[in-house]
Formats: sequence, structure tokens, C-alpha cells
Amino acid sequence: MIVYLLKRLLGLLPTLLIVAVLVFAFVHLLPGDPARLAAGVDAGPETVELVRRDLGLDLPLPQQFVRFFSHALQGDFGLSIRSKRPVSTEIAERFGPTFFLTIAAMGWSVLLGLVLGVASAVWRNRWPDRLGMTLAISGISFPSFALGMVLMQLFSVQLGWLPTVGADSWKHYILPSLTLGAGVAAVMARFTRSSFIDILKEDYVRTARAKGLGELPVVFKHGLRNALIPVVTMMGLQFGFLLGGSIVVEVVFNWPGMGRLLVDAVEMRDYPLIQALVLLFSLEFILINLLVDVLYAVINPTIRFQ
Amino acid sequence: MNTPTPVTPAPTAGAVRTPASEFWRKFKRQKVALVAGVFVLLLVLVAALAPWIVPFDAENFFDYDALNTPPSAKHWFGVDSLGRDIFSRILMGARISLAAGFISVAAGAVIGTLLGLLAGYYQGWWDRIVMRMADVLFAFPGILLAIGIVAILGNGMVNVILAVAVFSVPAFARLVRGNVLSLKHQTYIEAVRSIGASDTVIMLRHLLPGTVASVVVYLTMRIGTSIITAASLSFLGLGAQPPTPEWGAMLNEARADMLNAPHVALFPSLAIFVTVLAFNLLGDGLRDALDPKLDKF
Repeated sequence: MIVYLLKRLLGLLPTLLIVAVLVFAFVHLLPGDPARLAAGVDAGPETVELVRRDLGLDLPLPQQFVRFFSHALQGDFGLSIRSKRPVSTEIAERFGPTFFLTIAAMGWSVLLGLVLGVASAVWRNRWPDRLGMTLAISGISFPSFALGMVLMQLFSVQLGWLPTVGADSWKHYILPSLTLGAGVAAVMARFTRSSFIDILKEDYVRTARAKGLGELPVVFKHGLRNALIPVVTMMGLQFGFLLGGSIVVEVVFNWPGMGRLLVDAVEMRDYPLIQALVLLFSLEFILINLLVDVLYAVINPTIRFQ
Repeated sequence: MNTPTPVTPAPTAGAVRTPASEFWRKFKRQKVALVAGVFVLLLVLVAALAPWIVPFDAENFFDYDALNTPPSAKHWFGVDSLGRDIFSRILMGARISLAAGFISVAAGAVIGTLLGLLAGYYQGWWDRIVMRMADVLFAFPGILLAIGIVAILGNGMVNVILAVAVFSVPAFARLVRGNVLSLKHQTYIEAVRSIGASDTVIMLRHLLPGTVASVVVYLTMRIGTSIITAASLSFLGLGAQPPTPEWGAMLNEARADMLNAPHVALFPSLAIFVTVLAFNLLGDGLRDALDPKLDKF
């Protein structure tokens, strides 16, 4: 198991390196001079030169990359152009709300997706299946920003049950996490259903039934664990979707998280902030996928020996 | 299937089972997908004809006496806060969303298919490079990559289409590569090779057709996702800019007036939902009809 984990970790290094190079190259791909961007519009040529030297933009590219990379490893991404505060401070304030929002969304959507998927598979082609799959395909097709606006209109504005914007209490989490998780719940439900239908056709399920086991132990003891293997992989992929989705949902609910910070940063062309956020988002995504692979190996021991 | 059926159907005249007729036989039984397909065709038609059939100019007609009024006989979907006819804007928006969805995915599919074909066929270093690039692109959540690209290239619909195309490429490349890897060891490919066919002929004439079905299914499903992504970027203010009647941009504009005119947000939401739903249902139907593993009819 430890060997497997080490192998997986080593396999990540090239990907991480390329991601870092891309994020570094990003600044040089921006139209215009990054030093001028950082110095501000009304800075004179001397100031721009000073800023250029200060940021190390006068060094040769490979040296700049090493500098960027070693600073990044220490969590130093420079100063935000807009607020002049360290990028790391800006992000640290915003990390919590996004993290908890994503976890909340993942939690309820996986649970609901599993329940809907298993129910649809067990009562295949009957009304629970039709209802579940109608919900699922609607969930996939409804854009999250529209869903967020509908939910907010209904529950916050018209009924007044829940707060509209902000992230101060658990009540604030209900609508954004529902909005964010809807698509994932839908994908999980569809995926669990098809995975479960395949499992229920297996010989060992027939054997379990033949030996007189009730439907409940057949479904939960023999079916669920085996059906979970592809579902766990799917969960990892969906986490990326959640991270991306949180960007949109945070804007709808004016959520004080990293997603909204990124959208604001792009609008302001605040490139040190964009760099750090993109790197952090991808890092998070890569780590979650690693976690999923490890979880996968725990559930399915044959994977470890491949 | 309970009754045993003959392996080859009786050779009646005009009843040859071509792949196309086989596909149609299975596809036409799926009523939902059929309806979705007709709806998509209708939508394409409406989008193509939009400039000639809209009741009002989508960008430059302002009904100042009817600001924020709900649907009526004159304005079917109501009027927005600037006095523009929402129905006309939705119709014109269909052009943008369909074009964005289709162009971006088609470009991604063509490039991805070619890369996947080459990677799967030759394997070796080329395969490793392509797949490593795909891994890296997959290391960014799609919309994040799109935001990054838009940040570099600037706001606008063309850049959004480009961004969506870029992150469609690796998915198609992986799909086609997987197909090619399983196809290329089959006997018919060995036969073609042994009569001296060149690599190009093998790839284009014999491997490519075997992957078309799954590419078409994936393409259809992907169009829905891409329409949502493009609309999301416009919603964030990074894609189409006002007064362009893009559905996501319209929703963003409608946010300010949610309290007194929720219908302004309702119709663009419904437009996106119904369009994406149609593509997804069609994709599901195509998958069931084209996947030989699901041969249960």
C-alpha cells in the first residue's frame, strides 16, 4: 500500500511541474508589460523599471521561473495589484468559505446521488426510476447560476426563510451548497444507477438471492460495495466540477470565497492573484484525485498490484 | 430477448441490415430522444432564421412604456428593465449559444480525435506526450482553464469558444485513443495490414469509422455542457458583453431587477435549461442506439 502511494505521488511530479510552468508562463502571455501592469497606469518609466527589477522581471526566463517557483513553495506570491496586500493573506481569508462550501455540497450530493441511483436501479423502469432519472437529467441540464437565482428568489426573497448573501452562519450554507451540489447529485445518481444495474446482474447476486437472502442484504451487503468502486472514481472527477462550479455559485450568492476572488482578479487583471489562485485550484484538484485513487485502492485491492 | 433469433436475418429484398438502418431501427424506438432530436432541429432552424422572425429588434428596440412588464400578447416573454423585448432576445440568443456550443465542441472533437488516433495507433513517445498534455489539461477544472484563457486573451465570445474548445480536446483524445487501442489488435486490422495498407489508410479508413459512434455520442452530450460553460462565462461578465442577447449575459443583467421583475431572469434560464436538456436527452438516446453492448431490443 505504501509503495503504491509513493508511486502515485511520484507520478504526480511531472504534472505538477507542467502546471507550475503554465501558471508561470501565464504572466508572460498576458497582453502588455507585466511590470507596467504592476506599477499602475500613471507610473513613469523610471518607476516601471524599478518595479521590473523589484519583481525580477529583468532576469532571464529560466532564472525567473526558479525564483517564482521557490517563492511559491514558501507561499509567497507577491502583492496583489489591487489591494497591495500579500496574495497569501488575501487567499487565506477566502479559503475557508470555499472549502466548507465544497465539502457541504459534496456531502449531500453524494448521499442523495447514491440513494437516487440505488433506488432507480432496484426499481428499474418503475416510477422511482423514472422520477429519479427525470430529476437527474434535469439537474445536469440546469445551469447552476440559474438554479441559484431561482432558489434565492424562492426561499430568500419570497418566503424569507433563508438569508440571501454572505457566509456568516450555517443557514447561509444551505442555498449555495444546494445550488453547487445539484449537478453532482445528478451525475452521481445516473452513474450509481448504471453501475448498480450491472452489479445486480452478476452471478454472486443471483447466488445470494438463491440462498434465500432478503432483498435488503442483497442490495446493501453484496451490491453496494461492488457498485461503489466506479462511483468513487466518479466522485473524484466531480470534485473538479465542484471546484469550478464554486466560482459561478460564489458570484451568484456573493460568497466571500476564492471563486469570487478569482473573478474579481480577472476583471482587475490582478495577475499575481490569478496566478496563485489558478495554482491553488489545480493543486487542490490534483490532490483530491490522488486521494480518490488511494481510496480506490483501499476498496479494490487488485488495483495496487497493477 | 427470450426467443432465439437466427444469426443472420432472412434475406428479404431491401431488408439489408446496414449500420445506418440498424441505428435508425434502435433510435426510433426511443420516443424521448426522438422528440429531443426534433426539438434540436427546430431550435437550429429558429436560430438560423432568428433575424427574420423576431418580432422586435433584440438590441435596439426600446419600449419605454413597458419597462419590466410581465409577459403579454405584444411581448410574449415580457420586457426587461431597458424596455427590450425578451422573446426577441431569447431567439437571437439561440444563435449565439448554439454556435458557441457547436463550434467549440466540434473543434475540440476534430483535434482531439486526430491526436487520439495518432496516439493510440503509434503509441510510444508521441502517445506519452499527448496523454501527458491531456493529464495537465485535466488538472485544471474546465471553467478555471477557460477563465485563465479569457484572462490572457481578453473578454468576448470568440475567446470563450476558443477556451471551451481547448478543454474539449483532451476528453476526445482519451476517448478515441482508448477505442483505437482496443480496435487495432482485432483481426480485420491485421488483415488490412497484411495486404499492405499504409498507416494512413489503416487509421483513416479502418480505425476512424470504428470510433465515430462514440465520438458522436460524446459530442452531443458535450454540446450541452459547453453551452452551459459558455453561458456561465458570459454570466460572470467574461464572455458576451451587454447589450448582446447572450442567455448567460441576459441573466447577469437580470440580477439587478430580481425583486420587481423575476420574469426577466426566468426566460433565459428556461431557454438554457430546455436547450441543454434536449441535447442531453438526444445524447442518451444516441448512446443507447449506437452502443452494441446495449443490444437489448
